[in-house]
Amino acid sequence: MTRLLMTALALALLPAGSWLSAQSRATATNVPVIPHEAVPNFFKNPPGIYTGENMGIATSSKGAIYIYHRAYETRLFEYTSQGQFVREIGRNNYGFAFAHSVRVDARDNIWAVDEGTDMLVKFSPEGRVLMTIGRRDDPVAMLANMPGAGRFHGRNAKYRFGRQTDVAFDQQGNIFVSDGYFDGRVVKYDKNGRFVKAVGTRGNGQLQFNTPHSIATDFQGNVYVGDRGNARVQVLDNDLNFKAIYPNVGNPWAVCVSGGPGPKNPGKQYLYVSNSWPDSAPAGPAEYTGEVYKLELDGTIVGKFGRAGKAPGQFATIHQMDCRDPDVIYTAEINNWRSQKILLKPQQMKTTSQP
Amino acid sequence: MTRIITAAAIAAILAGGTIAAQSVPEISFTATDLLRTPTEGPFVGEVAGVGANSRGQIFVYTRTGHPYATLGDNRTFSRGGSKLFLFDAKGNFVREWGQDVYGFNAAIGLRVDPQDNVWTIDVAANQVVKFNADGSVGLVLGRKPETIAVRPAAPPAPGAPAAGGGGGGGGGQAGAKLPPGSGVPGSGFNRPTDVAWDKAGNIYVADGIGTNNRIAKFDRDGAFITNWGSTGGAPGQFSGVKAIALDAQGNVYAADAGNKRIQVFDGNGKFLREFGNIGTPLAMCMTRGATQYLYVSHAGDEDGMDDATIYKVALDGKVVGKFGAAGKLLKEFGLANSIDCRNENDLLIGELTNWRVQRVSLK
Repeated sequence: MTRLLMTALALALLPAGSWLSAQSRATATNVPVIPHEAVPNFFKNPPGIYTGENMGIATSSKGAIYIYHRAYETRLFEYTSQGQFVREIGRNNYGFAFAHSVRVDARDNIWAVDEGTDMLVKFSPEGRVLMTIGRRDDPVAMLANMPGAGRFHGRNAKYRFGRQTDVAFDQQGNIFVSDGYFDGRVVKYDKNGRFVKAVGTRGNGQLQFNTPHSIATDFQGNVYVGDRGNARVQVLDNDLNFKAIYPNVGNPWAVCVSGGPGPKNPGKQYLYVSNSWPDSAPAGPAEYTGEVYKLELDGTIVGKFGRAGKAPGQFATIHQMDCRDPDVIYTAEINNWRSQKILLKPQQMKTTSQP
Repeated sequence: MTRIITAAAIAAILAGGTIAAQSVPEISFTATDLLRTPTEGPFVGEVAGVGANSRGQIFVYTRTGHPYATLGDNRTFSRGGSKLFLFDAKGNFVREWGQDVYGFNAAIGLRVDPQDNVWTIDVAANQVVKFNADGSVGLVLGRKPETIAVRPAAPPAPGAPAAGGGGGGGGGQAGAKLPPGSGVPGSGFNRPTDVAWDKAGNIYVADGIGTNNRIAKFDRDGAFITNWGSTGGAPGQFSGVKAIALDAQGNVYAADAGNKRIQVFDGNGKFLREFGNIGTPLAMCMTRGATQYLYVSHAGDEDGMDDATIYKVALDGKVVGKFGAAGKLLKEFGLANSIDCRNENDLLIGELTNWRVQRVSLK
């Protein structure tokens, strides 16, 4: 009887329990709030053009803005620096199935990260395919796995991913991939797409990951990994050796280092970390879901902004951020089918004396 | 003592093998990334097959997306996934061929025959389709699996026929009472990979990388003549037939990938000889000159990024040269799955993982 009761209890708790284990409140306290505002209706689509779930957003050095999203098909749109729709890139190419993120490298090439095809597709600024890394599974082989409930496999192959999540670049053009849902690792390639190194297994120790979900580099080539399931940012050096853990900013769905991908030395850089929960979260936690933390690169928290919601300036699951300009943050949101241009006003921050 | 002798013999063989590999001369070459499509698309994906016709027009059969499964119907079937594109001789996109045909799902090969007909081979539809030079369908070999399974198949009832076709589906295969590939007319292919012809127009299908491991021969109208081969490593057996080519005498060269060899048969399937030293053969092309050569693409790893080259081989099996290596740059290859050698020293190389066709000029 007791066993029956416990089983029933466990079953009742399981959905909520598993959900909670994937989300945790940031442990940092008394963090000063950075005043912010959203530019109203910044992104403008012509009639008949829609974005679906906005998964990725990135800017180029020339001011172009790219949004990678899940609509009827997964699509990549380009906008002007004023938010006007320009064109579509890579429509119906073989590497697009289920958008996850987009990044722009130092030469303004556009990298689409697709978790449906396990592929990175590198486009020139004009939209031509320059390189791919990873490979889509053979559809005939996939038939044997239908209905397609994939899971963690830790395959750890040199040129295959398992729902990889994001990409970053250092000043030498090396490519860093967070991989991902079905692997728990970070992979480094040289600028020609040749495998260099991979580190990481699944777990919660050093150089272990529980869904590395977002990745960014600083000007020195250090690598910041949003280790979402472990509720921490893990910092690696350029050779993927462990450096540090920043454990107090919640579940980092998205990480971003300001200054752009180079080659110009950006000077002082900041790390932004989004702890954005799904907006299906209870109303109560709205104040600490949808928050974005601003950190020094050494992990010192500078401030935070944002809360969950659908109004302008609120966020419903930020999936990627662009912070080329540390005071202008572009956010791509899943649940609100939108991206926003957020202006930060750090000079208006109230200094707090609280510890 | 015996062991020492054996070890010495093995060492000698290994050394000999190394020397043989080192002695293959490098053929110097140049390469260009050939294909140009509009920036707004369509996009060339994994190039499964490339071939030129007598006018220099270039056909590319490419994987462009995912096959879609229909849901909510009585029969769930898949559609789409691959396309056939026409380019001019300079590589500029002209138009799509065979839009929305029934069996373009997972491209695996393309060949242009001497009459400029275009043949596509599809590894998911299990079909070889001949397009006439005007673009109409001239011949269909094999049948696309009628439906796909969307949940794990239940164990077959005792005495039930084996499912036809590859990939866990295939209800409605004609001749399903016999195992696929048993050689009777109507028996299905199982992941066919390539097609070739003799001077009489007879058709030879490499069948393939599924469970059949055979070569099937049909007359020019598609009537079944014979087939040979089974799974294994003995002469006449195959472990994945990835490519096929015929010489001017009508002998059949089959790329037996898993056994790392080329097997040679006469046109009736009689085993003649075999040769190796060509790595793991992925694609082949037979030149058309008075002295014929085979180009053989080798990829030693699954994704073709660590160990790859293209060999030029005399028909007696002597490797006369090689060019290219694995990688993503120009003059490197990422799974070179298709070779067109209409001109002996001016080749078209189609690559899967690099999504491109390189025009290669050998010096």
